[in-house]
Amino acid sequence: MLIIGERINGMFNDIKKAIQEKDPRPVQEWARRQEEGGARAVDLNVGPAVPDKVDAMKWLVQVAQEVTDLPLCLDSTNYTAIEEGLKLCKRPAIINSTNAEREKVERAFPMAVKYGARLIGLTMDKKGIPKDSDTRLAFAMELVAAADEFGLSMEDLFIDPLILPANVAQDHAPEVLKTLQQIKMLASPAPKTVLGLSNVSQGCYDRSLLNRTFLAMGAACGLDAVIADANDEALVEVSAATEILLNQKVYCDSYVKMFKTQ
Amino acid sequence: MKEKNTGRVAEVSLGATTAEGGTRTTTIVVGGDTALPFHHFEGEVPHRPVVAMEVQDIVPSWPEHLGKYFRDVWDKPGEWARKGVDVYGADLIYLKLDGIDPEGANRSAADAVAVVKEVLQAVGVPLIVVGCGNTEKDNEVMEAVAEAAAGEKLLLGNAEQDNYRTLTAACLGNGHSIIARSPLDINICKQLNILITEMNMPGNRIVIDPSIGGLGYGIEYAYSIMERSRIGALQGDKMLSMPILCTVGYECWRAKEANSPEEEVPEWGTQETRAIMWEATAASAMLQTGAHILLMRHPQAVALTRKAIDRLMQPNNY
Repeated sequence: MLIIGERINGMFNDIKKAIQEKDPRPVQEWARRQEEGGARAVDLNVGPAVPDKVDAMKWLVQVAQEVTDLPLCLDSTNYTAIEEGLKLCKRPAIINSTNAEREKVERAFPMAVKYGARLIGLTMDKKGIPKDSDTRLAFAMELVAAADEFGLSMEDLFIDPLILPANVAQDHAPEVLKTLQQIKMLASPAPKTVLGLSNVSQGCYDRSLLNRTFLAMGAACGLDAVIADANDEALVEVSAATEILLNQKVYCDSYVKMFKTQ
Repeated sequence: MKEKNTGRVAEVSLGATTAEGGTRTTTIVVGGDTALPFHHFEGEVPHRPVVAMEVQDIVPSWPEHLGKYFRDVWDKPGEWARKGVDVYGADLIYLKLDGIDPEGANRSAADAVAVVKEVLQAVGVPLIVVGCGNTEKDNEVMEAVAEAAAGEKLLLGNAEQDNYRTLTAACLGNGHSIIARSPLDINICKQLNILITEMNMPGNRIVIDPSIGGLGYGIEYAYSIMERSRIGALQGDKMLSMPILCTVGYECWRAKEANSPEEEVPEWGTQETRAIMWEATAASAMLQTGAHILLMRHPQAVALTRKAIDRLMQPNNY
């Protein structure tokens, strides 16, 4: 399970302030802490911090790279910000994200190929998040076709079937799990899958429990990656355990430690 | 479909020349594979597997079909080693210190060091040295051996899950590599590599001994463990990506198939031929599943195995 640390996001006050004041310390501190926690990629999202997304993304990339060698996941709806960020990345990055709208597909896929980046594709279009699995899967198929069309290797495409909070859209979780299973049958080799995991528990009681339970359920259905709280120890432990129970890693007594350090 | 692998087996180098701080005239590198064994078409197999012939520090109680090749030298470990290298083509020597066993000859650490030095002087190939299996005595002796041969880049064994610290420290401090031996158990194999690595031993100074079963005595368990280990290594699991040593000669020469005389089992055919085939066949199976170092005994089994390796190393790209 690839954990993409979610914490460097302008929606958090410390990061927002850091971006506004160009103070690298909170960003670097979170990059380090997430890596120690078990993250193997770090999401960078300017959020609502400043109007100039391009300049802020470039700064985040530079500052994060000073302290971590992990792949960076450039998270923005502004493709100029992502592309300017990609130009500065020393290692292959992850683009977060495109949806199935043609206009976005035509921008994001060639950009991923050009910069050797992986790409997160959301199973939605401008009408929003589908209610059922079939519609999600139809969008997933469009993303798979786009990877083929633009020459992005299938293992570099991460399809996100989009989870909503359990307290407002309880009927979505089973649909998402069903979609995960079916995405794996769309191509061979299959595309990868990812979820913005914390969304499942937004506004709910005992978020960590919902997050890690859904992670385990997702893993059993073919979930490869999560954008999540890499410093939620119980969640990281569950991630390690799923790799053992799905026979993805050879068991050893130190399996949790190995997950965090390898 | 060809497999694309992201990982690689670690490269372990054995023996140090004068320029490198030792006295060896030849050195050996094992590992480095980026594909399943001999799948040259899917990746690199940069170094050929090697055959280590066994020498002991005490006259062994080996059967006649081995004795007739070594009896003239087996009370002189240096000459024994030289015969293995010069006459029978051993790539390196596996020196087993059975003589230090407190329940046997109980020789001292100083005696063991003298034998190691004698063998080092007699041959120019790299040397593997392992203890007798008595934990306490092995720790005492191997510490002395490690120190006396500092800089030679020996391969010293055996570290086990309950007893790895002393040997690891001795290897670390004197520039040697270590054999991590696990009881036919891939989980313990991986855990032991982690434990040794946690003492700051680099992964490219560890060799796995999975404790194989002999042909007819559980070799299939060893086969599948080694296969899983190689697949893990190729998928990037660093704690399974060490080269592997198989004690083929030891296992085969304690099987009844190698030791039962013709009079007892006439339907099994000539005893010596049978024993040679037993050892060579086991070696061949271990090569197929990823062995890098084979411990062997019979000169003709060694010759057959070297021939097999020659052919397996021919490129089969397409």
